[in-house]
Amino acid sequence: MTLSALRVAIIVFPGSNCDRDMMVAIEQLTSRRPALVWHKEASLDAADLVIIPGGFSFGDYLRCGALAGRSPIMNAVLDHAARGGAVMGICNGFQILTETGMVPGVLIRNAGLKFSCRNVGLRPCETLASPFTAGLDLGEDLTIPIAHNEGNYFADADELDRIEGNGQVAFRYAASDAGGPVNPNGASRDIAGVLSSNGRVLGMMPHPERAMSKLHGGTDGAKFLLKSLEALVS
Amino acid sequence: MTSASDVMTFENAATMGLSRDEWDLINQRLGRTPNLCELGIFSAMWSEHCSYKSSKKWLKTLPIDGPQVIEGPGENAGAVDIGDGLAAIFKIESHNHPSFIEPYQGAATGVGGILRDVFTMGARPVALLNALRFGAAEHEKTRHLVGGVVLGIGGYGNCIGIPTVGGEVNFDKSYNGNILVNAMAVGLANSDRIFRSAATGPGNPVIYVGAKTGRDGIHGATMASAEFSDETESKRPTVQVGDPFTGKLLMEACLELMASDSVLSIQDMGAAGLTSSSVEMASKGGLGMEIDLDLVPAREENMSAYELMLSESQERMLMVLKPDATETARAIFNKWDLDFMPIGRVTETGRLILLKDGGTACDIPIGPLVDDAPEYDRPHGDAPTRKQLASSDITNDAPITNMLKTMLGHVDLASRRWIYEQYDSQVMADTIAGPGGDAALVRVHGSKRGLAMSTDCTPRYVEADPKMGGAQAVAEAYRNLSAIGATPLAITNNLNFGNPEKPEIMTQLVESVLGMGDAARQLDTPVVSGNVSLYNETDGKAIQPCPVIGMVGVIENVDDAVGNCFVAADQDIFVIGQSDKADDGWLGASIYQQHHGDDGIYAPPPLDLVAEQKTGSFVRQQILGGGINAAHDIADGGLAVAIAEMAMRSGFGAEIAVPKTGNLHGWAFGEDQARFVVTTADSQALIAAAKEAGIDITKLGMVSDQGELKFGDNDTISIADLNAVFEGCIPALMAG
Repeated sequence: MTLSALRVAIIVFPGSNCDRDMMVAIEQLTSRRPALVWHKEASLDAADLVIIPGGFSFGDYLRCGALAGRSPIMNAVLDHAARGGAVMGICNGFQILTETGMVPGVLIRNAGLKFSCRNVGLRPCETLASPFTAGLDLGEDLTIPIAHNEGNYFADADELDRIEGNGQVAFRYAASDAGGPVNPNGASRDIAGVLSSNGRVLGMMPHPERAMSKLHGGTDGAKFLLKSLEALVS
Repeated sequence: MTSASDVMTFENAATMGLSRDEWDLINQRLGRTPNLCELGIFSAMWSEHCSYKSSKKWLKTLPIDGPQVIEGPGENAGAVDIGDGLAAIFKIESHNHPSFIEPYQGAATGVGGILRDVFTMGARPVALLNALRFGAAEHEKTRHLVGGVVLGIGGYGNCIGIPTVGGEVNFDKSYNGNILVNAMAVGLANSDRIFRSAATGPGNPVIYVGAKTGRDGIHGATMASAEFSDETESKRPTVQVGDPFTGKLLMEACLELMASDSVLSIQDMGAAGLTSSSVEMASKGGLGMEIDLDLVPAREENMSAYELMLSESQERMLMVLKPDATETARAIFNKWDLDFMPIGRVTETGRLILLKDGGTACDIPIGPLVDDAPEYDRPHGDAPTRKQLASSDITNDAPITNMLKTMLGHVDLASRRWIYEQYDSQVMADTIAGPGGDAALVRVHGSKRGLAMSTDCTPRYVEADPKMGGAQAVAEAYRNLSAIGATPLAITNNLNFGNPEKPEIMTQLVESVLGMGDAARQLDTPVVSGNVSLYNETDGKAIQPCPVIGMVGVIENVDDAVGNCFVAADQDIFVIGQSDKADDGWLGASIYQQHHGDDGIYAPPPLDLVAEQKTGSFVRQQILGGGINAAHDIADGGLAVAIAEMAMRSGFGAEIAVPKTGNLHGWAFGEDQARFVVTTADSQALIAAAKEAGIDITKLGMVSDQGELKFGDNDTISIADLNAVFEGCIPALMAG
């Protein structure tokens, strides 16, 4: 299969606001425009990758991701994942994935109690087999922006040990040229992204779709997304 | 129609901010005494906020035309042609009084309101900016207000998904009891798909969409037109409550509907809510409107006609649809789970007729409401003449780097990172240069074209010399856009002043508008939209006058833009717009004077608008031709601060030669205008080009990779030391 044959679906909730950005990013890499799927849909056309984009689904009311996690479309996404389908949740998408239990842990308010938009360093970790990490070099940190208020990854110590032991930690925050604190939000064990136990679902706080070109100030987002897409093709 | 208990008197009118003459005029025009609802409508429409009654005479002197102008002042926002069949649609608006009372909601609804002004015109908003003024850093309320306003701006902008890409923040004790929160939005639309507000076609349906109407913000426009006092806290119920999630749905639904060729005219419900939207739509169309208030979607029960008409509940729109488009429109709003309600129709009567509970709650002619709105020629005089300050009047022998360290660590000049990192500056993925640059740069989606934007004002200059200050705000914005390589196109203005009934305040307003007009004419940046905020006083004491300029420009290819940080070691650093004989500088009204001189008000640096245009154009052309690879305009803090900022942002150092004669601090910290610090990879070519253009150019030194800033032979400081104070100041202030 070639990259342009890859079927990517991006779920759109009321309040999603990175759906278009992700669509543009994927199209830049695959030359094929992803499908945008409205949350009221109850089914999902066959997809090689489902992306839950960033934003403020349902205004973050009740709790970030809580209402979106119970939208009609999420049953279809759960089915897709249960069949071994690949799912990527970015920022609010990560929050939604934790709400549905597709990835472990929860995301609570940043330790500084402030929204934070800036570049962070991102260290790929040694993981179980996963299309999202297979192509990354362990020694090579990425620089990708974050923009969130509730990105403080939390799980109890036993669960963190278990996640780490299983190789489910995909990324940890690392130092970057951008300066500022290494861990931008107080995340347990500097965790920035986690995988499901089968490695097919990834949730991460940083926004790769905002680091797609020199004009964005960096291309590490494109690099990460391309590696993931290539792994899904092969 | 008017029940006995509903007969209004002058006393009622006075509590709504109307004068005796205005009350008499209403009675005369109606031929009877108004009821409560009608009086409320008159008082809102004739408030300073809606009628511009004190400023109109002077606003008319501003240049508003140019080949680039598609829509000038008068619509929800202004529009300029940026090429490729596209228009940039933008406006700035104040939310000062609400933000002081309730900083989070005040600032959030300020952002929400200005975004609605832009998407009402059919534009997708692509950028937000702001201009904020707070009280002294040490004042007891400042931390609370800064924290709340920043949270509110981020809370709305981040959630609705429009990047906040730029702004400015100042602190001064004159704002202790009256902060300024001005929000600017910029959007993009096809030039031939711009929507306007004039109602058309008698019989066409008038539709209410968006959120429901509640009792929040009732008579907000009138509050915004009064001075503050100790009783201000009791005005908390007049502050609106924002809901950015509904705002996002409303924006998407309106843009989707506008693409469907259903909308004839549309107006957002901003200040004075349903009153101003219905009156303005009918008035612009030369028509009337009939509305059944029982049909207005209400959040609370038993709301009176007065409350429904004066509520400033957020996220609401009024539109006139094509007669056959109602069902198409309804389906779109149902999809987005928003209220959609036909509440009335356009009429030929020229009257605003409101029905409620089976009767007529209001029946007034629209002409007088708008055309007879009072216009005052308030008394004003000459601006005071200020003494000139000689550099030698301030004696201080400290090395330049010592001074730099204290100045950069002061709230006047310190990094705004603590503030702008709370704003999502990147959503939409088209931000090329966000906060921290001279001007923000946002790519036109899917193209190489870029929109450049900046907000600027130096209130201490305006206080010292309002005419110069009004002009300087335009010139500084012009410089900021030029410094990234963009061509300035037009401006929006936000005139923040005290009580215009005081001649000395009116003088500030008149003079600064005249200065602004001079600058806008010379620099070819007409005014296409704006907002006036008067009565910014607390217990009789006025703010430092603050006529903010928001400027928008364009760059053909964003690849050509440059930043304001050094790019490579060993490149020559030049100052453009300054002669190589210069060995002193203008310290009157400078940051340096504020920090190290007395607290007298001295003449600000002279402004030469021809020099501004010449120098700015030269820098822009050199950037676009590749002759300049980094540029920074010289503003607050002067030459040394500009160089330090370019170094801190890049990590490179610099070695700077200092003059052997004259006044070293005047040279380093003087705020002479029309100057830029630049670097180049080809010094000979740049010098030759400057000579040919008749522009002063002086080599200052060289970029180094030593990580330190060196002035002369032995005055050195590490960039890390400077960064520590620069970045540490505001976080320390906010930590308390």
